[in-house]
Amino acid sequence: MTDQTQEEGLILNGLTKILGGRVIIDNLHLTVKKGEMVSLLGPSGCGKTTTLRMIAGFLIPDKGDIRLNGKDVTLLGPEKRPSAMVFQNYALWPHMSVFKNVAYPLKVRKLPKEEIERRVHEALGVVNLMHHKDSRPGQISGGEQQRVALARALVQEPDILLLDEPLSNLDAKLRVKVREDIRELQRRLGITTVIVTHDQDEALSISDRIAVMNAGKIEQFSTTQELYDRPETEYVANFIGSLNRVEGGYADGKVVPGDEIVGIRPEDVIYGATATPGAFPATVSLVVPRGHFSEVYLKRDDVELRAFISVDVPRVGDMGFARVVKALVYKDGKLVRVA
Amino acid sequence: MARVKARVKTSSLGVKIFLYVFMALMAVFILGPLFWLGIHAFVTNWTYPNLYPDGWTLHWWTRVFDDSALETAIRNSLIISPIVVVVSMLICLPAAYAAGRMNYPGRKIFLIGMFAANSFPKIGLFASIATLYYALNLIGTFVGVVIIQLLGTIIYMTWIPAAAFAAVPRNLEEAARDAGASKFRVFRTITLRLAMPGILVAVVMSFLASFDEAQGSYLVGAPQIFTMPTEMYSLVQNYPIQVAAVFSLLLAFPSVLLITLARKHIIGGQLAEGFQIK
Repeated sequence: MTDQTQEEGLILNGLTKILGGRVIIDNLHLTVKKGEMVSLLGPSGCGKTTTLRMIAGFLIPDKGDIRLNGKDVTLLGPEKRPSAMVFQNYALWPHMSVFKNVAYPLKVRKLPKEEIERRVHEALGVVNLMHHKDSRPGQISGGEQQRVALARALVQEPDILLLDEPLSNLDAKLRVKVREDIRELQRRLGITTVIVTHDQDEALSISDRIAVMNAGKIEQFSTTQELYDRPETEYVANFIGSLNRVEGGYADGKVVPGDEIVGIRPEDVIYGATATPGAFPATVSLVVPRGHFSEVYLKRDDVELRAFISVDVPRVGDMGFARVVKALVYKDGKLVRVA
Repeated sequence: MARVKARVKTSSLGVKIFLYVFMALMAVFILGPLFWLGIHAFVTNWTYPNLYPDGWTLHWWTRVFDDSALETAIRNSLIISPIVVVVSMLICLPAAYAAGRMNYPGRKIFLIGMFAANSFPKIGLFASIATLYYALNLIGTFVGVVIIQLLGTIIYMTWIPAAAFAAVPRNLEEAARDAGASKFRVFRTITLRLAMPGILVAVVMSFLASFDEAQGSYLVGAPQIFTMPTEMYSLVQNYPIQVAAVFSLLLAFPSVLLITLARKHIIGGQLAEGFQIK
């Protein structure tokens, strides 16, 4: 259950949303601490964007409530919530200059002109866009539009910042840079942030905690390291990182017959030309170069394991020994032990 | 290889020559009458077999401006058309918003039905409206003419703005709501603003439709209310051809002016920019 006594930050309590007769969000609980950056991670259709839109106020939950810094905001419209959202495609107003885009939220709040000017300049300074303040959104690059959208959100000094797949429209290189910028900014301003993404890399590198979502529920909510080391469900183990999935049991570093599911991370498979304690003989059946490492397929009888090897990469047909240093054992999709 | 290339070149040259000749013919076909009209507004007389006009004069222009009937027609047109456009906006823009943004039963029928009504010969429609007008005492009245011209603008003022409203990306409105703006403010500062190029096009089209409307206006307006196009009927019969030429140029002037202005605003403006980012 969610901690009801905690007053700061965001609390989603038993959220349920039904759209078109389908349960999109099913009794969802989530607590985001003040100043924390949390990712909602999952494949498309898992309900992460729906959850974000409920936090923003664009959707009203059918059940449950949303508390922000101790205040119930469940039924407030988006214009009354102390939240600010950065949209996937930025949603900048094409008929206004960059300055006017960022000034809009303050103008709506009827702030004095001098204060608007000061705060807009400040926000544009933070995202490093002062030189573009008179440009139209159509005249600047995608990365710059992204930063304008961020400035427009930050200028409102919101209690919570909501980011909807903010990096998905940027090219790979820019994505890494902007995501570091966002992380740095979020830390510096200490602003509570919820980010929706389907990119595990993005989630892993940017957030304090990650909520992995599946079919309208949160499968696991924990830190990056925990998510990787101890995935509570088979779904999470599959979704985060790479996984060898073998049906059977696990004993003494070997997969044995059984009715469980054994998940082994490719980096937990060690390959060597000579036998070591606990190793079993294996043949290299396929080598796929992946840049700074190679994905090596090791075969023993009818079981095939993938291993990530970065030095002394073997060749197809080589015979050697493989050792499993860690395995995750699941039964009915739930983690039963880590061996 | 070289020969093939050469042959391609000759054939493309042939096509080019054909195109130029065709374009020249089209130019004569389209611009010729306008040219004839433009010259006639300024000549004393120009008839076959004379190659050149007999002389130049501004007499016809002063005659048009001095003639009280013609002057009244110009004044009527310049008053009625803007009124028609404004009334049309008041009636049609809310309908356009509904048709563009909301889904309700009968929406498609409503839009298509409007087209269907416009596809019949109008004169039949006007004739039956005229009988109705007699009953309502609207024949020969200002209001009657406004209403009849209104009919022709409805299709422009609903279809084009409906498409413009539908094209406004929803998340631009959501972003404004998220920024704290009320629904009405979002409509005023975002939706309406972004649909404006489409609305402008509709305004221009409606103005021209109203300004050029002759059949209906003549049927229900004459002989009390004459507009420029209806006045043309009597002009062609009762005045020298040069007066008709002057009057035609006057009739064309607002259209040309409006289209030039609108072109600058619509094509050069935010429309291109705005739809880059959806």
